Amino acid sequence: MRLRASWFGQSRVVSLRGRMSEAKVSSAKARSAPPQVSVWRRFVNHLMTGVAVLTVLIVLVPLVAIFGYLLYKGFGSINWAFLTQTPKPVGEPGGGMANAIVGSMFILAIGSLIGVPLGIGAGIYLSEYGRNRFGDAIRFISDVLNGVPSIVIGIVAYGVVVLRQKHFSALAGGFALAIMMIPTIARTTEQMLLLVPQAIREAAYGLGIPRWRATLSITLRTATSGVITGVMLAFARVAGETAPLLFTAFGNQFWNLRLDQPTAALPLQIFTYAISPFDEWHRQAWAGALVLIVLIVGAVAAVRIAVSRGTLAGAR
Amino acid sequence: MDTGFRLAMLACALAVLGILGLIVYELITRSALSWHAFGPKFFFGSDWNPVEDQYGALPFVYGTIVSSILALLIAIPLSVGVAVFITEMCPKWLKGPLSFFTELLAAIPSVIYGLWAIFVLVPLLRTDVEPALAKTLGWTGLFSGAPYGIGMLAAGTILAIMIIPIISSITREVLSVVPQNQREGVLALGATRWEMIRIGVLRNARAGIVGGIILGLGRALGETMAVTMVIGNRPEIAKSLFAPGYTMASVLANEFSEATGDLYLSALIEIGLAPWLAFSPTNSAKQPETFICRR
Repeated sequence: MRLRASWFGQSRVVSLRGRMSEAKVSSAKARSAPPQVSVWRRFVNHLMTGVAVLTVLIVLVPLVAIFGYLLYKGFGSINWAFLTQTPKPVGEPGGGMANAIVGSMFILAIGSLIGVPLGIGAGIYLSEYGRNRFGDAIRFISDVLNGVPSIVIGIVAYGVVVLRQKHFSALAGGFALAIMMIPTIARTTEQMLLLVPQAIREAAYGLGIPRWRATLSITLRTATSGVITGVMLAFARVAGETAPLLFTAFGNQFWNLRLDQPTAALPLQIFTYAISPFDEWHRQAWAGALVLIVLIVGAVAAVRIAVSRGTLAGAR
Repeated sequence: MDTGFRLAMLACALAVLGILGLIVYELITRSALSWHAFGPKFFFGSDWNPVEDQYGALPFVYGTIVSSILALLIAIPLSVGVAVFITEMCPKWLKGPLSFFTELLAAIPSVIYGLWAIFVLVPLLRTDVEPALAKTLGWTGLFSGAPYGIGMLAAGTILAIMIIPIISSITREVLSVVPQNQREGVLALGATRWEMIRIGVLRNARAGIVGGIILGLGRALGETMAVTMVIGNRPEIAKSLFAPGYTMASVLANEFSEATGDLYLSALIEIGLAPWLAFSPTNSAKQPETFICRR
């Protein structure tokens, strides 16, 4: 029996002499080849299995190394002062990143306040009114925006907010993060709303509920946990962003909770400390990284719990 | 009221359009000065000299492309291997944890990758990997010169670690939608498991894997922080991968907030415009099923 096989244009003839009756057809888990398979083919089979296992091990090494180092160095460096004090001048030991932790949350809050309502609104439009060409265009643009490098978003926020305000500010940082959140949230919200059965909408209309009220109180309500999942994923994604904050929020050594002033952010502080030549600052960079990853993994874990409870729990 | 609600939602959708308009408008108007001063020569000149207001972006273009290609060369075989293992060979109990862990890699912020690269990867490259490469492959000219650790090789390696989760998760999705009867058909002809994977699975998933690779490339080209922290930030074109380089994203990160003079700023924004125009087509890779070619 002969089988023509081509892989990337190359054509070759593979002869397969195994007896059909003995081949395991039931699943992809056929462990042993039929007895008449040549030694060479059996060798290649085992070799490629070994190669696949090897790639998994190679990929797991940096993963384990990154997490291991993060936990080891992070827990070794974190202390109460780190969480409660502002940075000390260069050369003085101690101090912490309290202002950066609060600053990060401040900027993220601004970004979410702008980005979440707009994103959810755009998602509602796409799923409830957007079954047309205009909707398709918005979908395509959202996907393109999702792929814009974050540093480019930073340039845009610089041009739109910083140049007009004449200085770096928390608002500019929040604006940049909001731009990154909107397309992601719009697409996930749309997908979650589309999961809501049409019959539920029709039942609402049948009761005489106006369309806007049905959308908000019935459709959106039914998909709540799915929509929240999307929002949290977008949040987790922008929470670790550094590049768009470099020339918008800019960083600050002191407390700031004013919209129009430069503000410290955790990722920015980690970056500054990591490329500095001081051991004390390196130590704090690891502690900051641990705090950041705990925040993000916490958000993702919350999402996992929400998902495991069922994205459409209300619809059942 | 209904019309009002509809218009409000329409306004939100228009915000998405507005963002795109804003990005295009900002980048094009603010880079116009540099475009008028240098024209297309901007991307072919290799002299980057802010003091004399001379700007050529070639070293950055070169650094971006070389570091991304290096990352792909490392990442493609590894991610396809992982995806094949998870979908075709893995015992069931290992499947969930393995995919969860590779996805976890994607959740780490790039600044933490950079931090790890500076303190773990770079010293490792400097003391062990680079001397060994120089000894065995030094004759190619790609691995010569002083092993600083920091440089193109470090940037390519950390980029590879960052894009492996992207490529492997998309490849995994694509492999899992290859119809089961394709596998059964090849097995029924007496193929071994590897032959089944090669003929029945990988061939059908070719286009989808390429889609995943393009998405990974998009991420590598636009990645800023981790690369900035380890590539060495020197605007020079060197043959050796040990030498420091510079990428388009990292020159923005380093010089944008300190740029004095309108032409300097405008040149930097033009560097920001170029990659964005180049990457935007990489985003059609959304639905893995669309890549399965059926005969």
